[in-house]
Amino acid sequence: MRIKEHPILEFNPGKKVKFTLDEIEMEGYEGEPIASALVAAGVKVLSRSIKYHRPRGFFCAIGKCSSCLMKVNGIPNVRTCVTKLEEGMKIETQKGKGDFN
Amino acid sequence: MRETDIAIIGGGPAGLSAAIYAASLGAKITLIDDGLELGGQLIKQTHKFFGSDTQFAGIRGIEIAKKMIQEIERHKNIELITNATVTGYYEDEVITIIQGADGNIMKKLKAQRIIVATGASENMLPFINNDLPGVYGAGAVQTLMNLYGVVPGNNVLMVGAGNIGLIVSYQLLQAGIKVEAIVEALPKIGGYLVHASKIRRLGVPIYTSHSLKEVYGTDCVEKAVISEINKNFEFIPGTEKELEVDTICLAVGLSPLSDLLWQAGCQMKYVAELGGHVALRDDNMKSSLDNIYIAGDVAGIEEASSAILEGKIAGLNAAVSLGYRVDNFLELNINLRKELKGLRANPLSEKVKIGLEKALIKREVD
Repeated sequence: MRIKEHPILEFNPGKKVKFTLDEIEMEGYEGEPIASALVAAGVKVLSRSIKYHRPRGFFCAIGKCSSCLMKVNGIPNVRTCVTKLEEGMKIETQKGKGDFN
Repeated sequence: MRETDIAIIGGGPAGLSAAIYAASLGAKITLIDDGLELGGQLIKQTHKFFGSDTQFAGIRGIEIAKKMIQEIERHKNIELITNATVTGYYEDEVITIIQGADGNIMKKLKAQRIIVATGASENMLPFINNDLPGVYGAGAVQTLMNLYGVVPGNNVLMVGAGNIGLIVSYQLLQAGIKVEAIVEALPKIGGYLVHASKIRRLGVPIYTSHSLKEVYGTDCVEKAVISEINKNFEFIPGTEKELEVDTICLAVGLSPLSDLLWQAGCQMKYVAELGGHVALRDDNMKSSLDNIYIAGDVAGIEEASSAILEGKIAGLNAAVSLGYRVDNFLELNINLRKELKGLRANPLSEKVKIGLEKALIKREVD
């Protein structure tokens, strides 16, 4: 969900773009962090932990905690909270350590 | 290899003000920041600042950030390296920088002086299922809602009633998000009472001597259990309360991000009052190494106003140490220190002042 009204802030999001999460088409704004577009679309689980496959979500937003590592355009372990969303990106939920296959 | 007079690591309030000050003396500055945007935590602060006019009192954090970033852009002698992480400090005073979304650009930089203004990271709290999606650091909640206009969750439990916990609770309410309650482990509210009163007036209960025991949920937070704690911070059986929340916001303190200072070999000390391990420093914000200065939360957890002043002091002294000149340097330096002292002349800064005394390198001739 997006904030509709705010007493102080005015949000000027960029252009709307389409991307996919595990092959499902979604929308977000160009230039916002990938993870923020996912949270706005209601996605909570971004990756699964290595050993027990526990769900991992958005946590620190500054690229430090590894909770939001996802596969982006085939590259694993991308910190999606500090990577900008682009048109046509192919995002995948990462399971474990991630690989290039 | 790239060379610069002063490398400033971190583009939050401390780093920005250090860059502006040192650049105004003519020094060549390279400012490196790891965020998607400059400004650190300042760009998410919608509240008005306290203090005096020279410290931007009455202005919202976001506006302060805008002003400082505009000033940075006006200085032609400031080079910006953004979306980049400094990954190492080497003996020959070279730092390595990894840049870009994929981290596929590596740069080396040799700087005569380095100002470390890396800030802090949020503390985690041990409770059952604390790794479930829906558990956020307070900074992350601010990023989502204040920077990108995204709703982090619908019903929030705030953990911590220090200034960050109180301010972020108010910001959540402003964004139209429900705050179920605030829990605070200490017997009293740590932040400014003016913030606490505003939140209470809006109907949010603040439970002191309470902490979060566990959260439940399959793939994300669905419920939280809070409980009263005794003075040894142990849960009191039978006092549990269940809350229907989908979001936990942790505002349980910050720790200085001091890795680079350790690596550089600065003299370090654990000072609980400053939030963890910090580098020892003199009055000019110089560490035990002559080429390394510190400013902001990495020097001890405080607030943006003090970070800005420490940045000015570090920037001024680093530039002067390289031979750049300014009229009335001594007077300027003393006035900045006085201003900082004035800012800390309130009861909430008592703890910080004790900490700073422990981290100070006293020089005989000054």
